[in-house]
Amino acid sequence: MIWETFLLAEREIRRNVLRSSLTILGIVIGVAAVITMVTLGGGATAQVAADISSLGSNMLQVRPGQGFHGPGGTRSAAPRFKVDDAEAIDRNVSGLAAVAPMSSGTAQAIYGNENWSTSVTGSTDAFLQVRNWSLAEGRGFTGGEIRAGKNVCILGATVRTELFGGQDPVNASIRLQKLSFQVIGVLDSKGQSSFGHDQDDFVLIPLRTFQRRIAGNTDVSSIYVSAKDGVSTEKVKADIETLMRERRRISVGDDDDFNVRDMKEIMVALTSSTRVLTALLAAVAAVSLLVGGIGIMNIMLVSVTERTREIGTRLAIGALEREVLQQFLVEAVVLSCFGGIIGIILGLGAAAVGADMLRVPFLFNLKIVVIAFLFSAAVGVVFGYFPARKAARLDPIEALRHE
Amino acid sequence: MNTQNHSKDSHHSLITINGVTRVYGQGSAAMYALRGVDFSIHTGEFVAVMGPSGSGKSTCMNILGCLDTPTDGEYLLEGVNVGKLSRDQRALLRRNYLGFVFQGFNLLNRTSALENVELPLIYRGTPIAERRIRAKEALASVGLEGWEAHTPGELSGGQQQRVAIARAIVTHPRVLLADEPTGNLDTARSREIMELLTSFNRERNITIIMVTHEAEMAAYAGRRIHFIDGVIDNGQDTERKNA
Ligand SMILES: Nc1ncnc2c1ncn2[C@@H]1O[C@H](COP(=O)(O)OP(=O)(O)OP(=O)(O)O)[C@@H](O)[C@H]1O
Ligand SMILES: [Mg+2]
Repeated sequence: MIWETFLLAEREIRRNVLRSSLTILGIVIGVAAVITMVTLGGGATAQVAADISSLGSNMLQVRPGQGFHGPGGTRSAAPRFKVDDAEAIDRNVSGLAAVAPMSSGTAQAIYGNENWSTSVTGSTDAFLQVRNWSLAEGRGFTGGEIRAGKNVCILGATVRTELFGGQDPVNASIRLQKLSFQVIGVLDSKGQSSFGHDQDDFVLIPLRTFQRRIAGNTDVSSIYVSAKDGVSTEKVKADIETLMRERRRISVGDDDDFNVRDMKEIMVALTSSTRVLTALLAAVAAVSLLVGGIGIMNIMLVSVTERTREIGTRLAIGALEREVLQQFLVEAVVLSCFGGIIGIILGLGAAAVGADMLRVPFLFNLKIVVIAFLFSAAVGVVFGYFPARKAARLDPIEALRHE
Repeated sequence: MNTQNHSKDSHHSLITINGVTRVYGQGSAAMYALRGVDFSIHTGEFVAVMGPSGSGKSTCMNILGCLDTPTDGEYLLEGVNVGKLSRDQRALLRRNYLGFVFQGFNLLNRTSALENVELPLIYRGTPIAERRIRAKEALASVGLEGWEAHTPGELSGGQQQRVAIARAIVTHPRVLLADEPTGNLDTARSREIMELLTSFNRERNITIIMVTHEAEMAAYAGRRIHFIDGVIDNGQDTERKNA
């Protein structure tokens, strides 16, 4: 009987293709919108999370100044860090995997006729570890090169492409600020961050070299710290804060003149904000599903009125209320499920195109597809019920006398 | 609905109608379609219901067909008081024991003759293969062999009427209620249908109650009930003619 009902519903829908298509349009658009929003949102969230974890796992950044939100404290007013500060952190804070003091500035990089304006970062080999960089070619800095402040450099993938094209850069000499540097390695590419910044556009040189040859001072602009796996970054953060307050002689009650940022916190904040945004968009899309449901109800009511005589005949022949109800309910549900399936296909298609355009990964989210499908089925049940009940409750004689 | 049981008690009749009235509308707009009708019909009878237009024939047939319930009085079908049954219980009676040929045919539009005839079997849960065969047989018995695939829109009035008859008899009902089953047919075709009904009545012991305006068709019946203005006119010929 249920199969009969199903076939009947299918035939009834095919009988009026144009009207059926218009009926399900609302559901199609609603489901497609939900799928697109959630899929793109999921991709963006994953992208942000991946970017942040590519900055370095368990990483903290220590910088002078009160941070972005501190009142009044301009960062330039706070005393700069020195290499000692990094060494002190390394010595006194437990549970650290690596500590990398760094400073950076901009410079013209020149090789042959090629000329590229890039940023130059001075740091130690710990920088690669803390920031999760790996070498594509060549080697990292030796202890001797770091201590002596040799003119050696490691190129980011963008700088390598801009200066060398297809040539092998290792052991070649480039010029930075009119000084000659020997290229000892090239980094793997990390690509663009979700904030639109090219992470590969920089040259890494020993910190001492940077201080002496490029900056002309002994400042360290920030210190990157990575905690060992399983060590709480909150504790590391607190330890560093205590240590730095001591070293910088900040009396109790005074504000810090430095800040420690935990990348995990930033990641949580950023991903949760993209999630909220996604949920918001999905909610808006869900409203269109509701509108789609009302569309189905409207058409089903018209259909019940139009088919009053048919319903009367069925009832007169011996159909039970339940059977007529089922017939119309199945019809509504088949319609809405069909709309749901089309919406899912369109939504995934739109999400794939959108992901490509927005350069976020396309993450197929089975859960939302299943939810969207069930939801569209539920819309059919909920909005089909009222018209179906109206049909089932018709009086057979009245229905047969209709029109 | 067990004949064995009920034939033992005082109700020897299949159908008993006691003081049935049917009022449409209320108050000053009240319209008495039936005003106190009594009769009984035995199993295996072939009864013709006659009377002028508007005399309440269809109204009475609807009540007998369990489509409608009396405003007053009682209708006993094998001793069961139909007026006290629920909607679904009456639907089950219609489904399992009754066949109805409506005055206006009431075929499903845009649905083939075969599927129209299959419809009551669907609700009885008859398997599809058997359904097909029986529906074809029923159509053939009303002379519509080869018209199975045609929809009502593609059939003449008389052909539609015969599809409606086929639909009513396909289930081999215990009681066949036919409201002017030959109203749209020529005399030759009407006679064929009457022969068919007569054979159903004789061979399968199907009780038939038929509304007709034509004396010739009424002559096929064993008994005639005359309606005038919502009551039975006993002055007319109501006794059995050739029992
Ligand atoms: N649903 C209804 N609402 C109001 N009045 C009705 C309804 N059905 C029938 N009537 C009235 O009841 C009376 C009897 O109608 P009924 O259909 O039983 O007549 P009939 O004997 O079958 O006539 P005909 O030979 O023309 O078919 C008529 O006056 C009709 O107007
Ligand atoms: Mg009538």
